[in-house]
Amino acid sequence: MTIAQFLMIFISAVFVSNVILSRFLGLCSFIAISKETKPALAMSFAVMFVIVMSSAITWFIYRFLLVPFGLEYLRTISFILVIATSVQFVEMVVRKFAPPLYRVFGIYLPLITVNCAVLGVAVLNIDMFFVNGKAVVGSFWYSLFQGVCVGIGYGLAMLLMSGIRERLELCSIPKALKEFPLAFIIASIMSLSFMGFSGFRF
Amino acid sequence: MSNPVREFTKGIIKENPTFVLALGLCPTLAVSVSVINGIGMSVAATFVLLGSNIIIALIKNLIPERIRIPCYIVVIATFVTIIELLMKAYSPALNRALGIYVPLIVVNCIVLGRAEAFASKNSVLNSIFDALGMGIGFGLALVLISAIRELLGSGKILGITMFKGFEPMFAIGMPSGALLVIGLLLAFFNLLKKDKV
Repeated sequence: MTIAQFLMIFISAVFVSNVILSRFLGLCSFIAISKETKPALAMSFAVMFVIVMSSAITWFIYRFLLVPFGLEYLRTISFILVIATSVQFVEMVVRKFAPPLYRVFGIYLPLITVNCAVLGVAVLNIDMFFVNGKAVVGSFWYSLFQGVCVGIGYGLAMLLMSGIRERLELCSIPKALKEFPLAFIIASIMSLSFMGFSGFRF
Repeated sequence: MSNPVREFTKGIIKENPTFVLALGLCPTLAVSVSVINGIGMSVAATFVLLGSNIIIALIKNLIPERIRIPCYIVVIATFVTIIELLMKAYSPALNRALGIYVPLIVVNCIVLGRAEAFASKNSVLNSIFDALGMGIGFGLALVLISAIRELLGSGKILGITMFKGFEPMFAIGMPSGALLVIGLLLAFFNLLKKDKV
């Protein structure tokens, strides 16, 4: 567990293999909610929160339930159920105890259950930080940190995209390109520029 | 009254899951580097779609309304686990190439979308044809995208070199190429639709 490793995870999750622009996780929400900056930001915070929470929960489930009993093949099924129920639970808690917060990002919570980024990060954590069925040293903290970084990466892509699309409102666009096609082409150019980070080494 | 043939054909063109409904784009983009990956992914997704549509159409009357989504997810996740284990056993190379996108079929919107919108309201027979049609539509879209990307990105199709002396466009094989190809394809299909009206 060194600073350099954490830095590597940060650079890799935020820039080099950005969840949206290079792994294509959470693309549906990225295209659908990036029309304006404000909802885009609220959505990013909600996603980050859920990813961090589910990274922690799924790590514990894998380490203390699935591995000891040799049930690794139940990974997909147990993760998606746990994520779905915990998101639902958080939604209820937030609605009851923090109504202002609920108004900001609560409405996005149910959507996030089936956001591939959440399950994707959980699976990725297991693939990266468990070697031959054993947790590497500090793997819990790596998982948690990777969750935070993926959330930041998602937020960054979302912020950039929504800023660009807000300006596009004022431009005249060929009819066939309106809405989705243009969004994909913009995302493609953003992804191209994010590729520039792939030479980073420590 | 809807007939099985119509359920089958609608998924291929009129309600093509990728180009018309814009569902399930994450795996489409991620695995479309080569045609063989695209075929593998669409076979896996079709299997899951077929299995979950049949089971959900069978048990639709037993599922309480309020918890139907978790029930669907369990059924879908079971089939994903089956295909994951099968793939690990019989074609480890494909499993490595598809990586985390195999478990992610669970959250593929096409599968859950068909369960919710179709299988939960229709008979088993119609659901089977719906699943097959959607699966083939998804497969065709995936093969189209991956063929374009493989041809331009590496000058090959299914690993066979098509042109001699062709300098491959590296960027098309990268993630940005996937986004560009699907953006232009969507624009192209929009154009066709506009002309028809």
